[in-house]
Amino acid sequence: MHPLRKQRLYGVSLIVLLSSAAIGLVAFALRDNINLFYPPSEVAAGNAPADRNIRLGGMVVEGSIERSETSLATQFLVTDYEASVSVRYTGILPDLFAEGQGVVAEGRLNASRELIATQILAKHDENYMPPEVAAALEGKSSAPADSLLP
Amino acid sequence: MIPELGHISLIIAFVLAIGLTVIPFWGSFRTNVAAMNLAPSLAVGILVFTATAFGLLATSFLQDDFSVAVVAANSNSLLPPIFKFSALWGNHEGSLLLWVLILSTWMTAVAFLCRVLPLTMIARVLSVMGLIAVGFLAFSLLTSNPFERLLPNTPLDGSDLNPLLQDPGLIIHPPLLYMGYVGLSVPFAFAIAALIGGRLDASWARWSRPWTNVAWGFLTLGIMLGSWWAYYELGWGGWWFWDPVENASFMPWLMGTALVHSLAVTEKRGVFRSWTVLLAIFAFSLSLLGTFLVRSGVLTSVHAFAADPERGLFILVFLALVVGGSLLLYALRAPAVASRVEYNVISRESLLMVNNLVFTVAATIVLLGTLFPLVMDAFSLGKYSVGPPYFNAVFVPLMALLMPFMSIGPISRWRQDSPRRWLHELLVPAIAMAALAPLLSMMLFDFNLWVALAVLLAGWVTLGVLRDVWRRLAVGGSGGLQWQRLSPSFLGMTFAHIGFAAVVLGAVVVTQHSEEQDLRMTEGQSAELGGYRFEMTHISQEPGANYVADQATFVVSYDDKIIATLVPEKRRYLASGQVMTEAAIDAGILRDLYIALGEPIGERAWAVRLQYKPMVRWLWIGAFLIGFGALLTSLDRRYRVQVVSGQEPSPVKGQGLGFAR
Repeated sequence: MHPLRKQRLYGVSLIVLLSSAAIGLVAFALRDNINLFYPPSEVAAGNAPADRNIRLGGMVVEGSIERSETSLATQFLVTDYEASVSVRYTGILPDLFAEGQGVVAEGRLNASRELIATQILAKHDENYMPPEVAAALEGKSSAPADSLLP
Repeated sequence: MIPELGHISLIIAFVLAIGLTVIPFWGSFRTNVAAMNLAPSLAVGILVFTATAFGLLATSFLQDDFSVAVVAANSNSLLPPIFKFSALWGNHEGSLLLWVLILSTWMTAVAFLCRVLPLTMIARVLSVMGLIAVGFLAFSLLTSNPFERLLPNTPLDGSDLNPLLQDPGLIIHPPLLYMGYVGLSVPFAFAIAALIGGRLDASWARWSRPWTNVAWGFLTLGIMLGSWWAYYELGWGGWWFWDPVENASFMPWLMGTALVHSLAVTEKRGVFRSWTVLLAIFAFSLSLLGTFLVRSGVLTSVHAFAADPERGLFILVFLALVVGGSLLLYALRAPAVASRVEYNVISRESLLMVNNLVFTVAATIVLLGTLFPLVMDAFSLGKYSVGPPYFNAVFVPLMALLMPFMSIGPISRWRQDSPRRWLHELLVPAIAMAALAPLLSMMLFDFNLWVALAVLLAGWVTLGVLRDVWRRLAVGGSGGLQWQRLSPSFLGMTFAHIGFAAVVLGAVVVTQHSEEQDLRMTEGQSAELGGYRFEMTHISQEPGANYVADQATFVVSYDDKIIATLVPEKRRYLASGQVMTEAAIDAGILRDLYIALGEPIGERAWAVRLQYKPMVRWLWIGAFLIGFGALLTSLDRRYRVQVVSGQEPSPVKGQGLGFAR
């Protein structure tokens, strides 16, 4: 074979090999590492899966935060003003976590449809609202998201 | 008055940028020397006027002029002066002004340092950069004017800078990062100018190479500072979150890494030409994409200052024009510049191709994970988030695949080499590392397979590089060490590769051996972690400049010897009422001890997070070495060789084979 063609052949096969390895890895990694976002009303209606991680977003209901006196366990309600879902979390809450503020909780639903959170995300400053939460609060969570384009 | 003057300066800069885009570019086709000669002066003019605008905005910040909307929203009379200054770029409008200022600085640098280039080339390069400046100045003036006034309803005091951003790290993180982001516009401009002119040879690669290295070095340092800042300031001891905004800066870095290496091949051997051009286009496009992601408010992040759809659309259109336009140009012109130089499969070219493939695949994978949620959202297929497990699952194997080659690359020969020679050169490092890896990893910590592998790979890279240093020094066999053979570009590469090994080692060790505990602690109580004893001795409240802090004092001891007294704080900022965690860290080369306060629980008790982070510093030391190495390479003498205008520089001795066919 012509050396130049041979060189190209090697180059192309390397690219094919590497990219198929990459695609395989991506497919494998995407399989259970993406979380779908649900507003509380969807969870309450039973539309959220229980066997995988989900994200739940909404407002923390005023007066709903209960803290344990002896450990770091916390329980609170998240609402989109249509329905509320109870969230349990053990650990340190973010600085901007507060009643009446937006929050995103990540975790799995248990048998009684409470979210056992592994991570709590709050806003980054006083004025900022996570876009998912803002959309959920508009009460049209599955409508086209207007955050990408006006 | 001051803000209006600033606004006018910005408008003048905009007009000059239009001039720079049009006049020299037109001149370069008409061979109108006068028009082309205008380019450097216009570039300087843009710098002068954007710097004036920047200075005037800084004055407004320092003078607490709360009639300026940006100042009112991001500053406060109680804010220490240094933070009043850095508050300038702690917001959307101001950071955009900083972006333009840095772009014009790069333009002026190109205008001055590239005076030896052929006039048509420099005119076109500056015109392309001028076009980018037009885009960003228009963006600033039309959608995010930093000089907008709040009249007549001027607030009495400002609503303060986000406390997260009141930190020395923020003073330098954005400028460094922007130096990198915007700096990638230089190789982009060179690539576009070369495509337009149809002239893409080794001298082209030599011109754009130092610029690329410097930009990439700044980008590295900027990312490093961001990671470090997140570690101590966000409060929870993480150093990389695969947050979309981090990814926004990481994607151009990955593509830039490929570009830096591909440019080396193009300069030395004249191959990979059209590929290098494509990489230059991709790297800068990813910079623009990063700006779009960060500035348009589509992401949930610390960096998303404001969600304004108009701004998002503007950058998206600009991005589409730049990427689409340059890819179209590439499609039309690339066949004309393609190279026809042969090389063997076993050669340095092939090894650098492996590097290029790994880094472009890595960039693509990060891009996929970052855009996936946005695309799904845009087509209303659900709201997803892609977390760190995805990125780790794909990224870690890729880097592991790369490292075995990293040792061979620097010692391999261009054009043709033999595995036997590689074996001969690297047998000693290979055996040494295979023996040392389990030993070293056991000596420092309990045995862990991943750490042992990381030690093996990092040691392999380091020893391989050092072997190469020795080979250069001892060449000639006359006994004496030939120090002058260690050129800046070779030393820079050495530092960068050792730095990369340090980052990998640090990342694996800190991931595998970190210990962390969240608990409720009261005064007098103590806890054990990683062999260290943390005793909370007392709780107090102290006033700060613009905040009040709850402090808890911890005495840390190891084997009953007191090592450190750490005082983590919980601050409440007076102006905004915002609460901030200020972690206390006892830093060390082998381990960090990290204490952060959560929230108060009941009477005199706090939620506390204790962390033991082994070798976490290696990440930033390593990243610093990479950035430093990249900057060092630009000092190489061959980039300073004066080239007589319009004449081909003579190829470097011994490497002139196969040039410019």
